[in-house]
Amino acid sequence: MAKYTYPEEQDLQKFVAARYRKAWVWQIIFLASLLIAIISLSALLLNVIDGAFGYVAYDYKTDPATVSAKPLDELSQQELIALLQSKLSKGAYNKLNNETPMEKRSQADLLGLVYERIIQIDTQQTYSLSNSLLHKAEIEAEVREKYPEARLEFRNWLSSHFLTSPMSSKAEFAGVRTAALGSLWLVGIAIALALPVGVGAAIYLQEYSRKNFINRLIQTNINNLAGVPSIVYGMLGLAIFVRAWEAFTSGSIFGITDSNGRTIMSAGLTMGILVLPVVIINAQEAIKAVPDSIRQAAFGVGATKWQTVWSHVLPNALPGILTGSILAMSRAVGETAPLIIVGASTFISLDPNGPFSKFTALPIQIYQWTARAQPEFHNIAAAAIIALLALLLTLNTTAILLRNRFQRRF
Amino acid sequence: MEAATKQKVSSALFRPSTLKKKLRVGESAIEMTLFVLGILTIFITVSIVIVLGDQALLFFNDPDVTLREFLTSTKWTPSIGDFGIWALVSATLTTSLIAILVAVPLGLSAAIYLSEYASPRARSLLKPVLEILAGVPTVVYGYFALLFVTPILQSIFGDKIGVYNMLSAGLVMGIMILPLISSMSEDALSAVPRVLREGAYAMGATPFETSTQIVLPAALSGIGAAVIVGIARAVGETMIVAIAAGSGPNFSFNPLAAAETMTGHIARISGGDLPYGTIDYNSLFAIALMLFLITLVLNLVSQWIVTKFREQYE
Repeated sequence: MAKYTYPEEQDLQKFVAARYRKAWVWQIIFLASLLIAIISLSALLLNVIDGAFGYVAYDYKTDPATVSAKPLDELSQQELIALLQSKLSKGAYNKLNNETPMEKRSQADLLGLVYERIIQIDTQQTYSLSNSLLHKAEIEAEVREKYPEARLEFRNWLSSHFLTSPMSSKAEFAGVRTAALGSLWLVGIAIALALPVGVGAAIYLQEYSRKNFINRLIQTNINNLAGVPSIVYGMLGLAIFVRAWEAFTSGSIFGITDSNGRTIMSAGLTMGILVLPVVIINAQEAIKAVPDSIRQAAFGVGATKWQTVWSHVLPNALPGILTGSILAMSRAVGETAPLIIVGASTFISLDPNGPFSKFTALPIQIYQWTARAQPEFHNIAAAAIIALLALLLTLNTTAILLRNRFQRRF
Repeated sequence: MEAATKQKVSSALFRPSTLKKKLRVGESAIEMTLFVLGILTIFITVSIVIVLGDQALLFFNDPDVTLREFLTSTKWTPSIGDFGIWALVSATLTTSLIAILVAVPLGLSAAIYLSEYASPRARSLLKPVLEILAGVPTVVYGYFALLFVTPILQSIFGDKIGVYNMLSAGLVMGIMILPLISSMSEDALSAVPRVLREGAYAMGATPFETSTQIVLPAALSGIGAAVIVGIARAVGETMIVAIAAGSGPNFSFNPLAAAETMTGHIARISGGDLPYGTIDYNSLFAIALMLFLITLVLNLVSQWIVTKFREQYE
């Protein structure tokens, strides 16, 4: 028997120590990768918050002192209306009056109009939150030097005015109200389409289908649909919902004539098809998690297949199905590309009044504002992102709470 | 007499008319309806192919366009009838490659850490962060690319890099697909049975040797699938490149240059009120068809890898 030689004791120890050192270094590297992901997320969030607050340097095109003898915020409703009437052209005044009669507007609303239309704020420069906090003195000096006329003010771009006002061509007065309502309409239509169809398809695949070619094809196809780029769904929506079904999606068969196929209905249906695979896959998982013993017990007391599914499988799978649909909704809220293709309007100041009106949506506004060159639009884009993320967070928290509250372990 | 009774009893036992399978119209109708809903998903795929194919056919039937030019030329200027898809594909390839170079090493390392090293407590804290990262809408990543990453790159590269560039879009796209790759890889790694790891540790392997030489090879099919799904996601991603990569087709593989990807081009052109039936309009469907086919093939390959190369341990 050949004698097996071990390394000398010292060499062996060195060898083992080197291996463990290497293992330790790599563990640090693995952890660092994970930390990079976390740092990116923090950077993203901080960057958005950084943009949503901060100093603005602005001046007025018309000095408020020349417009009225009294300070503007002390004027009464009547005086404000008179002011608007005297300073605005007749056409512009009548247009505003037609949107909402002047007498019905609140004092704050009228004051906003005075600032927007007569005094006309002109933003010169905006500063991020971090700059505003850390370099306050430099900012003040720079503004004094570059824009001697301008006033410096700390602004919270995510104000209640921003959340409740409609679109405006001026960033200082723009709001996300129309966009948020558009998003809600969209998601409502999308889920109304995707939930029944998706759950039905999932029930078929899990409870009824036999293992044959067609059913394998359906399953593979659903997995593939989940991977199709969203922009392709947009093209599908453009060709089918916007163009081929124009009579339906524009609402002309219901007697609505003032729009073409680029409506909430088209976009909602497109989104519904887009999230369908998500709903199906989640519902399938939920149904799969219901143990067979429940089905067998139901069959055992003489229930039919559908009675078993409807009264025993579905109630137990419901929390999972709901969680899945909320996740699908949050996907629909955040999708942008298909909406651009289907034709979200870029500028709309009227609230959507039904499924057949033109629309805009939160992510569309973020895209539009980010793409603008003026810095103040980047600020409102950041504010809109915070609103969007807050909406998504609410949806996802609801999903998690539902899951924890109703989940049953068998 | 006795035999007759026996016969009676046995016939009653063996042909119990009450237990015969009844024809229930309602039940069959419900099953039919559910089947139709299932088939509907196939109908969606078919209509994608028909719709895109139909419009793309109109595009290729145009006298200005030849399939050869479409697939070989590197110029895309619709106004003078140049339709060479490579001007757009080059940007798609560049941004996707950068994204993959960022996402695969980082995502895989993060997955190994989560599945092999992290304590259950640490995992329950770290995993949600990745899930949040996966849930951020892509338009937000676009904002991040244009207003955070690009200024940083500009301070590094100076004048060589413009406001719009493929590097920034690619890097951010990498961050976007990182959680996808890491969560799919982690699932694959966690599915490797414990006994393999314990065997390796019993032989004196270090944690690093165990995870890279034992667990990783065993999970390779799942990881491969994750990478391919990641590529498909990068190729189809629209908003990041539409915001940060530039507008205007440009045949270039230089990451510092501005160029427009296939998806970015579709988004920009269809963003305006494009008249139906023009050659520009039809060309978008040809691009979308290419995109659909590329991602379809990638997804099918990924599913095939999973079923074909999966190591079964039960």
